[in-house]
Amino acid sequence: MIIEIGHYALVLALATAIVQFVLPVAGTIRGDRSLMAVAPAAALAGFLLVLFSFSVLTFAYVVSDFSVANVWENSHSLKPMIYKISGVWGNHEGSMMLWLLILVFFSALVATFGANLPERLRANVLAVQGLISTAFALFILLTSNPFVRLAPAPAEGRDLNPVLQDIGLAIHPPLLYLGYVGFSVCFSFAIAALIDGRIDAAWARWVRPWALAAWSFLTAGIAMGSYWAYYELGWGGWWFWDPVENASFIPWLAGTALLHSALVMEKREALKVWTVLLAILTFSMSLLGTFLVRSGVLTSVHAFATDPTRGVFILAILVFFIGGALSLFAFRAATLKAGGLFAPISREGALVLNNLILTTAAATVLTGTLYPLVLEALTGEKISVGAPFFNLTFGSLMIPLLVAVPFGPLLAWKRGDILAAGQRLFAAAGIGLVAGAVALYIEHGGPVMAYFGIATGVYLIAGALTDLWLRAGIGKVTPAIAFRRFVGLPGSAFGTALAHIGIGVTLIGIVSVTAFETEHVVEMKPTMQVESGGFTLTFDGMRKGQGPNYTEESGHFTVARGGVVVTDIWSSKRLYTARRMPTTEAGIRTFGLSQLYVSLGDPIAGGGIVVRVWWKPMILCIWLGALIMMAGGAISLFDRRLRVGAPQKARRVRPVLEAAE
Amino acid sequence: MTRKQKRLAVIGGGVAFLVAAVLLVMFAFSQSIAYFYVPADLKTTTIEPGTRIRLGGLVETGSLTRGEGSTITFTVTDTIGTVPVTYTGILPDLFREGQGVVAEGAFAEGGLFVADTVLAKHDETYMPKDVADRLAAQGVELSGKETIK
Repeated sequence: MIIEIGHYALVLALATAIVQFVLPVAGTIRGDRSLMAVAPAAALAGFLLVLFSFSVLTFAYVVSDFSVANVWENSHSLKPMIYKISGVWGNHEGSMMLWLLILVFFSALVATFGANLPERLRANVLAVQGLISTAFALFILLTSNPFVRLAPAPAEGRDLNPVLQDIGLAIHPPLLYLGYVGFSVCFSFAIAALIDGRIDAAWARWVRPWALAAWSFLTAGIAMGSYWAYYELGWGGWWFWDPVENASFIPWLAGTALLHSALVMEKREALKVWTVLLAILTFSMSLLGTFLVRSGVLTSVHAFATDPTRGVFILAILVFFIGGALSLFAFRAATLKAGGLFAPISREGALVLNNLILTTAAATVLTGTLYPLVLEALTGEKISVGAPFFNLTFGSLMIPLLVAVPFGPLLAWKRGDILAAGQRLFAAAGIGLVAGAVALYIEHGGPVMAYFGIATGVYLIAGALTDLWLRAGIGKVTPAIAFRRFVGLPGSAFGTALAHIGIGVTLIGIVSVTAFETEHVVEMKPTMQVESGGFTLTFDGMRKGQGPNYTEESGHFTVARGGVVVTDIWSSKRLYTARRMPTTEAGIRTFGLSQLYVSLGDPIAGGGIVVRVWWKPMILCIWLGALIMMAGGAISLFDRRLRVGAPQKARRVRPVLEAAE
Repeated sequence: MTRKQKRLAVIGGGVAFLVAAVLLVMFAFSQSIAYFYVPADLKTTTIEPGTRIRLGGLVETGSLTRGEGSTITFTVTDTIGTVPVTYTGILPDLFREGQGVVAEGAFAEGGLFVADTVLAKHDETYMPKDVADRLAAQGVELSGKETIK
């Protein structure tokens, strides 16, 4: 019964979403304020309905109600509780429910925090959100209904794909979706602005917090997914340029560009048309990602099921929203007046360069991801575009960007002095080169590019700190004043610096793992030893174990350095009984920012086993950098200037803060 | 410089950058694309040794042998043709005889396929899509659990 109520709530949510679209649009056309006022109420009601529906589905998982087909297909009564709950979105239907839940959550947030928005803008934004919700609620109800019953109810479920039975599933999809779907708000703002044909700096000030929030979540979601793949798959890799990874990375690149162009628009009223286009494109890339992952055109752990009707339906949603938005853009963009002028060498110019490179990079990744699909559809020829393509194209594009990053914040708005900025970055560049030289001294024998890579990473960190240093006037004024100025710097200054530091940290991690990791594949019998990263691993033997829904065989390794035992590592192979599916549970030990990674292969004749041992120097920097970027986004989000929101008030505060800049 | 010249310089710079990016993409495509083949294709086409390709099919039952260290050899079949493959490293968890596989690498002189990457299914209920499509096109029957979902 409760299942049917949940199902019914979803149908009601669809009806609410339609109301949320139709009435406010009618209101803005006829200038009827009471109709426009329906939007926030409908958004809140829609959120509560989907939340209830989602909770019902979760309840079915928690109590293992196998009369629900979706639960039967993806759960098992012996599965630990945490995986019963996270298993709700560990399948196609449930993950679309999570998608919808987060979409209506963002609508409800706009309704709640949008009280200071102009009436028409708020009504239009929520109406567009309502239209997106309608499309996805329809998609779920028509093609991916999680509430379908089975009769008679089976006694036991078929269990969740063991690869997904991990804490990563509880964290990665919600974070990723908060990012993906968060960009829908920017999209809705862009459409609303195009409908009204009016756009100004205040618009950018309203959009930027949403872009920042979505971007921060997406950063965390991608990083979490990468770390999960790294430790769960047992291949030791952290990024495969898999189409599904690219599907989340393209919106991230576009979203990063959006953050920066919205900054120009907010401060200087320039790049209006471009910013609106980027807001549309970023969410379009999110939709495209959803299509790639959910339609089954790709083979991947993410593509849970391949039902052609779903693919066609999502494609229709994709074409409708992207096509509609771009047509509207084509008709209305000319009505948006261009804003402030600036010299090529200026803060704006640097941000334009940032946008040029980031969008080109996004287009490149998109090309590499879609080309095999398009070619197959057109000619039937099957090809694969792998890591070498992306490393070459994306890597080359990133070099000028990374060198330019520290210059941006040091250039003045309107007209900047690149020589002065360069002089101020001398110290940062020097520190970078010294770091590169130190890396060469510690770990010689790597490719030359690796040392330049590490130098660039350190230069990025030092460059970001230079900006804070100069703003606080350290060395120019007394330490007490400098400290007061430092503390008084706007949150966005720290946010920018942290985000740029994060890129540097991630870069150092990527470069050092790529250039200096070592890998040994050896056949081992008990008491045999292998050297890795300065450690000696001794294989002690295998042990059989039993988990709640799997059996495992674990190998034990003693890790010693210089003859002294430091720690030990267990590495296992599991067999999940319900699906007869084996998984590798790599044994990982962290030493500072580096890791020792041991995964087991197949047993060999005579009692031994194939063992793969990696030394991953500085690998944690990759994800640590992402966390720092996310923290930068969060700090910017809580910057007073954005929180104040109302344009008049912000304008009054600005001159004081600008003096401090 | 006048404002018009400045604007032209900026736009010119942007366009030059985009052109460079397009050339880079085309170059990278020419370098790193791997075409997908099943063994039956190789009866009619010859692949130059050293050219990277993806080879898909089923792991022939009984063909898996372990050699020195972690080197293994197996045969990829689509019931029409067979190709011997050698691979050094740890096989994916779901690599099994009689099931679908995609091996990426190049032929050595003499017809042995040297794989540097071996992909198996992520899930026990479906085959790699590329393999399933091509095997179906070749008329190979997939039975029981291997049915394409």
